[in-house]
Amino acid sequence: MIKIEMTVNGRPVSGEVEGRTLLVDFIRQTLLLTGTHVGCDTTQCGACTIHLDGEPVKSCSVLAAECAGARITTIEGMANADGSLSSMQQAFQDYHGLQCGFCTPGMVMAATALLEENPTPSEAEIRHHLEGNICRCTGYHNIVKAVQAASGQDVTPVAAE
Amino acid sequence: MYDFDFERPTTIQDAVEALKAEEAIAFSGGQTLMPTMKQRLAMPSKVVSLTAIDEMKGVRLDGTSLWIGGATTHATVKRELAESYPAMSSLAGRIGDPSVRSRGTIGGSVANNDPSACYPAGTLASKGVIVTDRREIPADEFFQGMFMTALEEGEIVTAVKMQVPERAHYAKFIQPASRFPLTAVYVAKFDDGVRVAVTGASEMGVFRWTEAEEALSSGFDAGAIDGLATPDGADMISDLHGSGDYRAHLVKVMTKRAVAAA
Ligand SMILES: Cc1cc2nc3c(=O)[nH]c(=O)nc-3n(C[C@H](O)[C@H](O)[C@H](O)COP(=O)(O)OP(=O)(O)OC[C@H]3O[C@@H](n4cnc5c(N)ncnc54)[C@H](O)[C@@H]3O)c2cc1C
Ligand code: FES
Ligand code: FES
Repeated sequence: MIKIEMTVNGRPVSGEVEGRTLLVDFIRQTLLLTGTHVGCDTTQCGACTIHLDGEPVKSCSVLAAECAGARITTIEGMANADGSLSSMQQAFQDYHGLQCGFCTPGMVMAATALLEENPTPSEAEIRHHLEGNICRCTGYHNIVKAVQAASGQDVTPVAAE
Repeated sequence: MYDFDFERPTTIQDAVEALKAEEAIAFSGGQTLMPTMKQRLAMPSKVVSLTAIDEMKGVRLDGTSLWIGGATTHATVKRELAESYPAMSSLAGRIGDPSVRSRGTIGGSVANNDPSACYPAGTLASKGVIVTDRREIPADEFFQGMFMTALEEGEIVTAVKMQVPERAHYAKFIQPASRFPLTAVYVAKFDDGVRVAVTGASEMGVFRWTEAEEALSSGFDAGAIDGLATPDGADMISDLHGSGDYRAHLVKVMTKRAVAAA
């Protein structure tokens, strides 16, 4: 077993993992932060997206042992300090950016990372950035609208390709 | 995935030592290796992570000579080369998706030499040289066929060197489900000639389309490609996404697009 320490949502955590333990399993099963979802387990769907040292990664494709000393943020760490939703989460609610909600944690993490890198992305840039996040419900248009709104931009009335 | 020992050395020397163990495997971004291990197509006894080796990270530019550390992620290359080598920055920025780019590395990409990968084409076209823990190998000799390279057992790609051309462009015809190229062409114009590298087409992996290089070296214009015969589709990858002839046709189309956009 390998002993690891890391900071998750601003709190120091530690635990013992096997070499093969996936970061997502450490997050869900050891830390019991089950907001991060597993859709495919094969690096395709993005449901497991979290932030590792500020960058979006698919936590099903990262070894927990690789993250010793890292700073991690999951969907549980997104709300504001007073418990209210972050502007991105609020925009997903306002613009109906979710239906079943399975992809939503990953979508919110990916979209939040986009705005950190590019605060006012174009519609095409939003779509390009979300290519690794699959949603089987919404058809994506409302997700794009939510990201536009969260970035303080006009929301395209009927989102086009 | 079966369990394995895990090591995360901080120097190249320690990594080389760690890789001497029986069935040890180098691990960078894991964006290819993790799915492979989950499917038990790779069952290493020991995983040696290269992600904590600072001497393998970063991008350095000296005139037109470029050095990219083997453990440098696609996201870093995209960011660092945005001004100095926009075509390579754009290649890195279109690999997979943002999460793949946060983890995947140039060293892992060239070592893997997937027949549809992007970096092998960019490296070959940019007069690349693969630097390892023991030698330097010109890209022309490094890429030896589908998933085949000149790397020996336990040899680590520590850096990739390239020359920044006068003009360049990477035309990627995307396979939307995998986000890899279906077929893609990297064109680079230097003062002493043009290089055209093709990925996602040949059964032999990345290759240089020499007829197009000759035609473009005498006149760098998309029209120069028109008169050329399409490469032979019989040697091309044929699968449910496209026949060999379709890919051969794409080689010509993407070469013209790359030249027009360079
Ligand atoms: C959804 C998805 C989409 C993708 N789309 C694209 C795309 O469009 N274009 C593209 O080119 N790629 C694409 N990839 C692949 C991605 O770029 C990988 O990151 C890359 O091919 C491998 O790099 P890695 O650092 O992740 O290597 P790993 O997965 O860690 O390793 C890959 C192989 O290389 C070996 N290795 C790793 N590093 C070294 C080294 N420094 N020296 C020697 N051997 C080493 C490993 O032992 C292993 O055999 C995609 C991957 C995914 C999951
Ligand atoms: S569960 Fe990780 S990408 Fe789908
Ligand atoms: S809301 Fe159901 S998968 Fe996206």
